[in-house]
Amino acid sequence: MKKILSNQAVKKFMHNRKAVLGLIIVGFLVLAVILMPIFMKLDPYTTDRAVGFNKAPCPGHLLGTDDVGRDLFARLLYGGRISLFVGIMSTVISVLIGIPLGLIAGYFRGIAETVIMRVADAFMSFPTMVLILVLVAVFGPSILTVTVVIGVLGWTAIAKLIYGNVLSIREREYIQATKAIGMSTPKILLSEVLPNAIPPVWANISFRVAGAILTESSLSFLGMGVQTPQASWGNIIFAAQNLLVLTARPWVWFPPGICIILVVVGFNFIGEGVRDALDPKTK
Amino acid sequence: MIKYVIKRLFYAIPVFLGITFTVYLLINLAPGGPLSILAASGEMSLSDLEALKVSLGLDKPVLVRYFLWLADLLHGNLGTSYRTSQAVSMMIGQRIIPSLLLTGTGIIGAIIIGIPLGVVSACKPNSIWDHISTFVAFIGASVPNFFLSLLLIYVLAVKMKLFPTSGMYSAGSNGDWKDLLYHLALPAFVCGIQPIGNYIKQTKSSVLEVLNEEYIKTARSKGLRNVVIVIKHAFRNSLIPIVTTLSLSVPFLIGGAVVTEQIFAWPGIGSLMITAITSRDYPVIMGVAVLICVVVLVVNLILDLIYAALDPRIKFK
Repeated sequence: MKKILSNQAVKKFMHNRKAVLGLIIVGFLVLAVILMPIFMKLDPYTTDRAVGFNKAPCPGHLLGTDDVGRDLFARLLYGGRISLFVGIMSTVISVLIGIPLGLIAGYFRGIAETVIMRVADAFMSFPTMVLILVLVAVFGPSILTVTVVIGVLGWTAIAKLIYGNVLSIREREYIQATKAIGMSTPKILLSEVLPNAIPPVWANISFRVAGAILTESSLSFLGMGVQTPQASWGNIIFAAQNLLVLTARPWVWFPPGICIILVVVGFNFIGEGVRDALDPKTK
Repeated sequence: MIKYVIKRLFYAIPVFLGITFTVYLLINLAPGGPLSILAASGEMSLSDLEALKVSLGLDKPVLVRYFLWLADLLHGNLGTSYRTSQAVSMMIGQRIIPSLLLTGTGIIGAIIIGIPLGVVSACKPNSIWDHISTFVAFIGASVPNFFLSLLLIYVLAVKMKLFPTSGMYSAGSNGDWKDLLYHLALPAFVCGIQPIGNYIKQTKSSVLEVLNEEYIKTARSKGLRNVVIVIKHAFRNSLIPIVTTLSLSVPFLIGGAVVTEQIFAWPGIGSLMITAITSRDYPVIMGVAVLICVVVLVVNLILDLIYAALDPRIKFK
């Protein structure tokens, strides 16, 4: 039964043009940033003394070189690796925090429910960017801090979704039945409640990856995220805060911006596709 | 209702203390305190640094300092900035109007355009308005603010010279409102584009949901005009989720435009926050945190009162 259901959802997903487009965009970008640097033997860290710095695109450097003579095409691809890594890993952290907390709040209710949900509300009503900036400043900007901070602050949406699902699941008859046959609480939670509470979260996970990549790029753009010499799409665009770079060298900041948009659109389309595929009301 | 308001205000106290204490603890635990920058410059002797530390009160334990700060706050004193030696309340006061002007213009614009667009695209699916709405929402959700700002500056300000690239007033102008609007246009547009997408999507989906209700069918079969049905029955009853979405923009009003303010060199709370964070100006960071915290708590309270006004089934408990 479960197998048929999931197959039906997969079928629905694959018939959704937007969802498939999202899958193609994300798949293409992931393959490009992983494979192209290997096959093209690109080096994002070394200064090319023969060519010099601030050069326009040429055959050896498809996007020219930056202010210290590093190849910008290589930095675009390596930056993509880091931006995708931060986006996906921080979402994993959000999920690992959000699912248990939502489960506990929804199943046990009482004090746990009040505390967890009040804290979630407080988190959600605070401007996230300000909080993230304070935290990143406290722990010092790096790939690790950015990933952890975005991940930890992203737990609320996941927790709320799980909480809502668990609230309705715990009242179902089959949960009463498992209690009646004497199943232990951890076992009920893990094998009965959780599997039924998770599916609606899948769509949200895809949206979260998109959001995390946006946040990371904004932070790096402000100089508070991924630090050079490491590249990220945001910190390549950082150079365009200089009006000279903005006006005279659009090849520096335009491609990473387009990459961010593509990857965000891709993950959002996938998320919408998953949501519609799991929703029995849509065809 | 007054009893309810007082009760809610009491509930807000632990939240307020919790948030301010957490922020205070965090910024004070940060490696590289405000003095380390001075120490690294080598211009002050060790004994001078020690004296400065005592005069700023940094020699006391964090917990003691938090309570001293709290006591000052209750007297309406937010302290003085380590960096500029100005009163924090004054520094925030200077920045709050430009900030509200920027984010307020963006959000009000988004409400005025977004909600009608949402209603129309719910009533007339696949019309030109529906397609425009989908496109605007798409841009808002997927183009990062800073990239949109750069594109606008590049195309409209640098290439076409239609707008200034940054700042709030032209050099030499003395607070002329036309000059202000001219500078406000681009950053306010950027601030509005994300909210407008959310408002359109939320309005459309909640109006669509209500349009499928039985009482709408009843209204139709009574022969009511379509405009009356949409405005009086459908829109009125879909307001609760819309108000929730609007409320989520409120914390954004203060300090939400960090990136936009930075790019357009707009003298608001967001850019104040960035300088305060990079120079470890604790009193200013705390001042902004308090401001945001109070605004958020007050708005949540007002929101609950609006909910009750919109839906008589919601009772004050």
